[in-house]
Amino acid sequence: MRLTKLTALLATVAMPAMATELEVTHWWTSGGEAAAVAELAKAFDASGDKWVDGAIAGGGGTARPIMISRITGGDPMGATQFNHGQQALELVEAGLMLDLTDVAEANNWKEVIFPSTLLDACTVDGRIYCAPVNIHSPEWLWLSNKVYEDIGIPVPTNWNEFVETAPQVEAAGKTPLALGNQPWQSNLAFGAITVAVAGLDVWKAVNVEKNMDVAAGPEMAAVFEAAANVRKLAANSNVQDWNQATNLVITDQAAGQIMGDWAQGEFQVAGEVAGQDYTCLPGLGLNAYLSTGGDAFYFPKLNDPEKEEAQKRLAALLVSPEVQVAFNLKKGSLPIRGDVDLAAANDCMKKGLEILASGNLVPSGDMAWNPDVQKQNEDLLVEFFKSDMAADRAHAQWVSNLKTGL
Amino acid sequence: MSATTEAATPRTTSAARPRPRWTRNISAKIAAIPMIATALVIFLGGTIWTVVYSFTNSRLLPRTNFVGFDQYERLWETSRWLISIQNLMFYGVMSLVFTVTMGFVLAVLMDQKIRFEDTFRTIMLYPFALSFIVTGLVWQWILNPQFGIQGVVRDMGWTSFTFDPLNNPQTVLYGLLIAGLWQGTGFVMCLMLAGLRGIDEDIWKAARVDGIPTWKTYVVVIIPMMRPVFITTLVIVASGIIRLYDLVVAMTSGGPGGNASQVPAMYVYDYMFQAQNLGQGFAASTMMLLSVLIVLIPWAYLEFGGKKHG
Repeated sequence: MRLTKLTALLATVAMPAMATELEVTHWWTSGGEAAAVAELAKAFDASGDKWVDGAIAGGGGTARPIMISRITGGDPMGATQFNHGQQALELVEAGLMLDLTDVAEANNWKEVIFPSTLLDACTVDGRIYCAPVNIHSPEWLWLSNKVYEDIGIPVPTNWNEFVETAPQVEAAGKTPLALGNQPWQSNLAFGAITVAVAGLDVWKAVNVEKNMDVAAGPEMAAVFEAAANVRKLAANSNVQDWNQATNLVITDQAAGQIMGDWAQGEFQVAGEVAGQDYTCLPGLGLNAYLSTGGDAFYFPKLNDPEKEEAQKRLAALLVSPEVQVAFNLKKGSLPIRGDVDLAAANDCMKKGLEILASGNLVPSGDMAWNPDVQKQNEDLLVEFFKSDMAADRAHAQWVSNLKTGL
Repeated sequence: MSATTEAATPRTTSAARPRPRWTRNISAKIAAIPMIATALVIFLGGTIWTVVYSFTNSRLLPRTNFVGFDQYERLWETSRWLISIQNLMFYGVMSLVFTVTMGFVLAVLMDQKIRFEDTFRTIMLYPFALSFIVTGLVWQWILNPQFGIQGVVRDMGWTSFTFDPLNNPQTVLYGLLIAGLWQGTGFVMCLMLAGLRGIDEDIWKAARVDGIPTWKTYVVVIIPMMRPVFITTLVIVASGIIRLYDLVVAMTSGGPGGNASQVPAMYVYDYMFQAQNLGQGFAASTMMLLSVLIVLIPWAYLEFGGKKHG
């Protein structure tokens, strides 16, 4: 009698363990990001498995080395976030990542994932190794409406107007452009200015076709000259993090910031309304396009058939329409499939969705260049933006940085 | 049976001949084996491995695809690396001069048979118990223009007061230096104090009998006698300066202006892990090893080479 009670007790204790636990590492730790991850965890738990959250604070630059050393050091997690592109390429080539091709075929990823470049970025030698979860595009200009109202001029509708009105903003005692000190922010701003000044064709020739003659040519020289003027507009912004720079725009101390669409979360948390308190201009208002970077989940090989099944279940779940809607509304990013309805999206997200639907898309820098080139350009451009480095010297260095990644 | 005869044979021979050198103090030598193995495999082995792979084009994973001195050529053409070296040289010279002079002066003051010496010694040494990360964070807040010294003074009414070394590329290294000195001076003071206590009391008596002023006794007699202490201090402080990393990460993360306070160790970390370019990171860390050796070899020569002559 007692024995049966014990076994019954054991059975109830053991029941939750029947669900397969998967540890998922990611670097989504800010308020909006954590809420978005909670949606993924909720969906995975509801499907009968167990999401073990492995958030790593400090951003991708801190988190990625930890993730990579765990995978290469023989302590792999169940699933991990990367920006899709070349960040995990060598891990895939070394055979450390789970092949998801059968999941992709069963769920028809080739048809539903839009734009298809997202899936291409997950594909190595014809096999699929990651599940994209969202689209982030870096080239947005965020403007404080109040700064312009106070001066009495209309809010700029594109980058050129922004630069033209900058002296008036400065005369009113405000910083025209907020730019944080972290290196990647200068790289991001430069990418956006490239498209605004030189146009999409030049951007594509350099970053997609990797034409070094164009990179060294007069169009890019003009971009560096333009950027040399822009850095004067940002001379007074002494903050570190991107969200501190965004905060300068929110509190109307600065007129604008070039930042990715994730900045929107900050405006939302501050209770500002798109179109009323702030204005967003994708592609800096000149070229309505998005470069589609974003986040994806990779699944390290675990040599445990039970866990492998759970990994595949999670991969399928992440791409499913319900999870896509729940996750992206919280994250403020765009869904990776064109067949879901984001009726609850705000003005800025809708602008993004329109461009997405129109297909005006280019791959992101993370996809085009390996992390080594990205890092060198970050180092170069932060020096360029934050000092009085000569434009032609920076240009020459930039070209030689790109050449190391050919 | 054969085992006993075999075991017996060496015993008789060892009784006949003097025991070979390596069997002396055998238990101490056995006890040292784990440490020797650690030093050889982990320190020496790891170092050699790093140097060898710095000649490859390894990216995320180490690969043996040798490219000669390519990584070093790229390293010495990179402006961030060159600026890092300049910054470190400036910080190093300033830090070395100030910690040693201030440490010595404090030790002399402490050596005047003052009251509450233990209390003062504890206070002075206390910052050394904090890691550089904690030190850096504390000083980052103290030097923060909004919340730190500048903010406090402005709140008291002096509204034009400006003291924000960490926000200005020209002064950021001085900001780092303040925190570094605050942390390290107490430790140097303790080393110096130990050295001063090692000076024979009779020397002081002799100096007093000859009527030599105290300051002159220090400069002419005591400091030359403390040469070993100074050399040890220099080596400890200098090797600490070369691997300077956490203080910068905590206070400025290399900024402002992108690289006004970059140091070589940050370059190594960023390129090994963020840029996924192991070869480049290894080349930079090999250069750091080389600079540590440049500091250590003269010291070893003075410490160990000198004895043979003297």
